[in-house]
Amino acid sequence: MTSVCFYFQVHQPFRLNPHSIFDIGSGKSYFGVSDGTDLDNQAIMNKVATKCYRPMTQLLLELLERHPQFRVSFSITGTALEQFRQFAPDVIELFRALAATGRVEFLNETYHHSLAFIHSPEEFTRQIRMHTEAMEEVFGVTPTVFRNTELIYNNDLAAIVSKLGFRGMLAEGADHILGWRSPNFVYHSRGDTALPLLLKNYKLSDDIAFRFGEKTWESYPLTAATFANWVNSNHGAGDVVNLFMDYETFGEHQWEDTGIFSFMRELPTELYRHPDTRFATPSDVLADHAPVGEIDAPQYVSWADVERDLSAWHSNEMQADALRSVFALESDVIASGDEQLIDDWRRLTTSDHFYYMCTKWFADGDVHTYFNPYQSPYDAFIAYMNVLHDVQLRIDEIKARRVNGEPVSLRKVT
Amino acid sequence: MTTQTNNPSRVLMFGWEYPPYNSGGLGVACKGLIEALVADGVEVLFVLPKRIPVSNPPCRFIFADDTEELVTADGTPMLLSAYLTAEEYRVRRRQYGGGGGATIYEAAARYAAQAAAIARAHADEFDVIHAHDWLSFGAGLAAKEETGKPLVAHVHATEFDRGGGNQINEYIYDIERRGMEGADRVVSVSQFTKNILTTYYGIDERKILPVHNGINAAEYAPEKVITDRVVRLKEHGHKIVLFVGRLTLQKGPDYFVESAARILEHEPSTLFVVAGSGDMQQRLLRDVAAAGLSNKFIFAGFVRGAELVQLYKAADLYIMPSVSEPFGITPLESLINGTPVLISKQSGVSECLANALTVDFWDVEEMVNKAVSVLRHPGLRNTLVQNGYQDVLRQTWHAAADKVKQLYATMVQVT
Repeated sequence: MTSVCFYFQVHQPFRLNPHSIFDIGSGKSYFGVSDGTDLDNQAIMNKVATKCYRPMTQLLLELLERHPQFRVSFSITGTALEQFRQFAPDVIELFRALAATGRVEFLNETYHHSLAFIHSPEEFTRQIRMHTEAMEEVFGVTPTVFRNTELIYNNDLAAIVSKLGFRGMLAEGADHILGWRSPNFVYHSRGDTALPLLLKNYKLSDDIAFRFGEKTWESYPLTAATFANWVNSNHGAGDVVNLFMDYETFGEHQWEDTGIFSFMRELPTELYRHPDTRFATPSDVLADHAPVGEIDAPQYVSWADVERDLSAWHSNEMQADALRSVFALESDVIASGDEQLIDDWRRLTTSDHFYYMCTKWFADGDVHTYFNPYQSPYDAFIAYMNVLHDVQLRIDEIKARRVNGEPVSLRKVT
Repeated sequence: MTTQTNNPSRVLMFGWEYPPYNSGGLGVACKGLIEALVADGVEVLFVLPKRIPVSNPPCRFIFADDTEELVTADGTPMLLSAYLTAEEYRVRRRQYGGGGGATIYEAAARYAAQAAAIARAHADEFDVIHAHDWLSFGAGLAAKEETGKPLVAHVHATEFDRGGGNQINEYIYDIERRGMEGADRVVSVSQFTKNILTTYYGIDERKILPVHNGINAAEYAPEKVITDRVVRLKEHGHKIVLFVGRLTLQKGPDYFVESAARILEHEPSTLFVVAGSGDMQQRLLRDVAAAGLSNKFIFAGFVRGAELVQLYKAADLYIMPSVSEPFGITPLESLINGTPVLISKQSGVSECLANALTVDFWDVEEMVNKAVSVLRHPGLRNTLVQNGYQDVLRQTWHAAADKVKQLYATMVQVT
């Protein structure tokens, strides 16, 4: 019996306005540009909802209806949920319909899809709790399996996640932590923690997520039958094939004209041609399979880029500076008690802001450029640091009011 | 006369100046291109209007004012002065341009007149003619007319750049336009310049090949650094923002001064160093004084060599606010010396520098925003320098020569 475990990541960041030094202290919104550009959060949500969230979720509902044993899992960030609520509330209803089938598992992550774990385990924990509350409130479910931002993982993270009571965690099945071993089994984190781990089969996952529409790929065009054969060839050589990918793969990264929707429509039927294939969610897999070995990951691994490490968010001095600077404000922001300020600050911890500052291969124009709404990583950094400067001014303002015995300002910024 | 051979890589090239006797970038660019072409197996016959000592010539040089190099059609040596009777000079002047009485026009016209004889004398030794900028275009056209061999007009700067938005010189404009129309192909130093050539000169875009200039990073390698006033000021906690260029409208020094005043509102301990001289100097000094900023500015005058390297090294940011810059080598020099650059989008070099901050020259607010950010955040500064330096290393004359060599090959049909 081989289980196919689909997990889809749903995320939208609150992209920053091009904030200039002249906007510092002006009260200008951080996130609210509405000019139809790549920084216009509403425009992007409308576009992606039309191309991906609506059609793909409808398709999944259809598949759940047609195949009574079909199961998938999701992780939906808090920042995405907020933007659904603001700009595309019907999408939330579609996800609720998925939840109502009882065959869709919702995973936990940081509410803000953040990199908080690097500088602040406390804030990391708070954002995890916020996400649990959001899942309970919106979908009426309490997640028990954790996935970290961009599948970032190491031993220390496993220790924290284990302490928080999660029954398992997802990670990238990177060669440098697996060695010769197959990702198609359940593993556990380093001995002292022993948290069960599900590792992404990056070959098969990326066949769908990255290579599907690539005309120069030797397997183009990929049919559901071929892919099902690849998956089914793992029978006898593993317990589970973990297919982890961005939900936006469907219709947004791989456009409809690549045939990605018909591929997914046919895939369950093709997979079921093998009598021993079933669909499972992470909790199903963890319930059925005990870990077969230990994963030791002293260094960070992630699902990004060929390096599969932290370098997409943390490889140049700008990124290091920005990350240090945002968390240097943490205690003051939290102590301010100003909910608007705290919320704005948390949105600044989202990983995407640091991704936009990445300069790896920038000159050659690659995937980073494609996914960067700013003209350059430098523009992204400048806007970000100017916003942080504004946050600092708001903190100073609140402190001054405290000293003078005045009520704490609740200056509305968003 | 023989015209074509099986070796298309032989070029008769007309330049105007050559280092160290150069007033600007044209001589440096010719030297870089010639050296790389020769290294790439191209035979270059390089012509200059006047004899100058060239210490280590990479190819054969011909000086148009030398008489012994010139021969008549039947091979008899002749004097250039004999060749150019007053009447003939007048005719040729009409033909290739000349007049206005100013020395440079006459010199260019004389050069054109001499070029025909040079081309005739060396007709068996080249397959392609290559002329750099309007001062040599007349010479290139004359050589083409004399020998029927194809001509490349290489544009390093146009009258629209030099004018910096002012009235252009119609006479020079005409020479530029006729040179490009008469040429078989045109090389522009950037896409930015190509756009000017199609828009303002009506040149067919299919005829134009942009070839970015290169830079030999080693030639700008750190020389010994002398501690002077500027460096000492830096030790007192000052940040230094640098301008290098002629003080003319084209280079936008007025935008530099305007930005400086606003940068100081955010970063008051900044010093602004202006290296260069030119017709706007008095006006800039007055503007700075009127704004009460004389103690924040150092007008260093024309600076070159080791002193310029030292300024680059001392600076925290180099700004090139050019109104119209066909290429612009100085940002590359700055990066080689470890200083990040903020450059105008109206420049050719911005096409080769992914890791530079760019801004429209007129957008003073954005210039201030970016400059202040560099001064405030060492992480930004260091990332710009580390990655910008890699951009510079990619910008080789070898790559430029490769494109030019391929262009020659397409122009000479091997028979």
